[in-house]
Amino acid sequence: MAGSGTVHLREGDALLRAEHLVVEFPLGHSGERVHAVSDVSLDILEGETLGLVGESGCGKTTAGRAIMQLPPPVSGSVTFDGVELTALHGEALRRQRPRLQMIFQDPISSLNPRRRIRDIVREGLDIWGLGDRSARDAKVDEVLEAVGIDPSNGQRRPHEFSGGQCQRISIARAVVTDPKLIICDEPVSALDVSVQAQILNLLEDMKRRYGLTVVFIAHDLAVVKNVSDRVLVMYLGKICEVGGPDDLYERPAHPYTAALLAAIPVPDPEVRPNSEKVLGGEVPSPIHPPSGCRFRSRCPKAQPKCVTDEPEVRLFAPNHYVACHYPLEEGEELDFARVGIGATMDAPPDEDGTSS
Amino acid sequence: MSAQRFGDADYDGPLLEVEDLTTYFETGRGLVRAVDHVSLTLERGQTLGVVGESGSGKTVLSRSIMNLLPRHGVERSGSVRFEGHDILSHSAKEMRPFWGAQMSMIFQDPMTSLNPVMKIGKQITEAIREHLDVTKDYANDLAEALLGSVRIPEPHQRMNEYPHQLSGGMRQRICIAVALACGPKLLFADEPTTALDVTVQAQVLDLIAKQQSERFMAMVLVTHDLGVVAGRADEIAVMYAGRVVERAPTTVLFSDMKMPYSEALLASIPKIDEHSHTRLATIPGRPPDLVNPPPGCKFAPRCPYVQEKCVDEEPPVRPGVEPGHEFRCWFPVGTPEGKEALERNQREGRIPQAAVSAAAPS
Repeated sequence: MAGSGTVHLREGDALLRAEHLVVEFPLGHSGERVHAVSDVSLDILEGETLGLVGESGCGKTTAGRAIMQLPPPVSGSVTFDGVELTALHGEALRRQRPRLQMIFQDPISSLNPRRRIRDIVREGLDIWGLGDRSARDAKVDEVLEAVGIDPSNGQRRPHEFSGGQCQRISIARAVVTDPKLIICDEPVSALDVSVQAQILNLLEDMKRRYGLTVVFIAHDLAVVKNVSDRVLVMYLGKICEVGGPDDLYERPAHPYTAALLAAIPVPDPEVRPNSEKVLGGEVPSPIHPPSGCRFRSRCPKAQPKCVTDEPEVRLFAPNHYVACHYPLEEGEELDFARVGIGATMDAPPDEDGTSS
Repeated sequence: MSAQRFGDADYDGPLLEVEDLTTYFETGRGLVRAVDHVSLTLERGQTLGVVGESGSGKTVLSRSIMNLLPRHGVERSGSVRFEGHDILSHSAKEMRPFWGAQMSMIFQDPMTSLNPVMKIGKQITEAIREHLDVTKDYANDLAEALLGSVRIPEPHQRMNEYPHQLSGGMRQRICIAVALACGPKLLFADEPTTALDVTVQAQVLDLIAKQQSERFMAMVLVTHDLGVVAGRADEIAVMYAGRVVERAPTTVLFSDMKMPYSEALLASIPKIDEHSHTRLATIPGRPPDLVNPPPGCKFAPRCPYVQEKCVDEEPPVRPGVEPGHEFRCWFPVGTPEGKEALERNQREGRIPQAAVSAAAPS
């Protein structure tokens, strides 16, 4: 299988270890399936931030949700703090929920507009009966204070707050039950750059203050680099590359990572965007993903081997893993004029079969 | 399509001149000063980047120039001259020959700006048939050619498809095709790539830039991301609280930034070449309430350079060293007085008020 393999998993005690995750969704009664996540393995050490990056449709959100068992993966295992989550059902799984929390992309629609923000933050404590009434109140005040919301505004409802403040409230709600792991699904994509910076700094503070471990899902590579200890690049349900952010950005080994990096707009007028350095095409349909390496239909370096053999994740440099038959050499430039194998100018071949 | 087709052959002034434009909305709480005395000019074929946070008035500015605001509850004054004609007080009927044919707009959200129950071909030919005296077949051929030029694969088939059958990036290309259909001289692109992935963002921005140079079309590129406009705009206007607080040719703005707000905006972007876990510079607080803006400089409550003068007195527009550079600041970045103000604040541990009240709801 391309982009599968587990060599990038680390020895020893990881807080979370997900192996061979597969998530597929049936397409009506056609018998066809959407291959959202295909054999992805990842691990997170305690206190670490793992960044999951990729374009829309690469399966990063689905992978995050599969860890939460929302929905559970079709196959594979998720071990969280010594507990195998995929084996749990019903009440036993529910018991794990306060220890795993999520923060969503759209801060305004992820808060119930009819409830007061105090009650929104407090709900987890009430459900789990954590502490007596005054202890819960004190805890709510404490987390609201920690995220920079004045507790005296707790009687207000979400519409009275801006997007950035709503995201702070979401963070307060997530940390109130003292979770070990927080999954942040594009938490800053809907925010302005200035607010984005506030929220990213806040996440760092909260991580330190509450001893959190974080999965940070985003499509913005600069944001991911800023927050992560380890970055995992995904494409169409597969892993492309795993490594520490400084190494991975300094010296991308996978052509896809290099293409993503080349597409980032630089806030410097001297750096003129070069239209020859843009990856063409779009992510193919996950219903009929390309054979072999899934990126080959857009990869400037694709070779016949990429059509037939799926690359496994392998060691590229210390603590830097790549799933590619032909990783980039030091200083190698991608020739973006080449459009991969099995690709017309813009449409991946698989799209025709499904859209017409 | 020649740029001169509708042209006023005699007119050789700037394509667009906006002078002292204000746009106020009447609300229950009072007048919202969304655009407050904005002046700018745009030459043919040039790109103006308009940058600011949400609520800075950048979207209202472009809609006000295009006369795309509700008829009621809006107060506008000043002047908007397009090729010398004042279009500010035009009625919708008088604007019809301008919309689409002379100036058009690409909206932020490609998912909702196309009609979901109309075939893609029809959405493009509708504008062509409205403005150009051509047959249906000719309009269809033109639309198909346009789809090809915005790099939609198999344009012939796509003409008969509906928007939901296409991805977000493809839909934004359709929006571009619709906006370009009648060869406008001025294009407003309002956050055209905010809803898209980085790779698709680069594709779409390149496509707009290519079409722009082929058609010698002027563009107003509205965005909150200084990174997007840095390499693509000839000139940048930074907006804050309904005003243009700094305006300069792009290279001048980046080399000789004067307004503390522009500096703060640039500093808050995570940079790809910084190490991970670099603490980001933030702008404390939020933009002011546009019903009751602060009396002095609108940025004063959040500004690290703030002095008493800033709170009391609104700074006038001041010229920079380079031609075309203007800003509104008493203590500009990189000047002796600015440096002194910043040092004094640091020495006295003075932080902007908004930093303390960041948590106050609106």
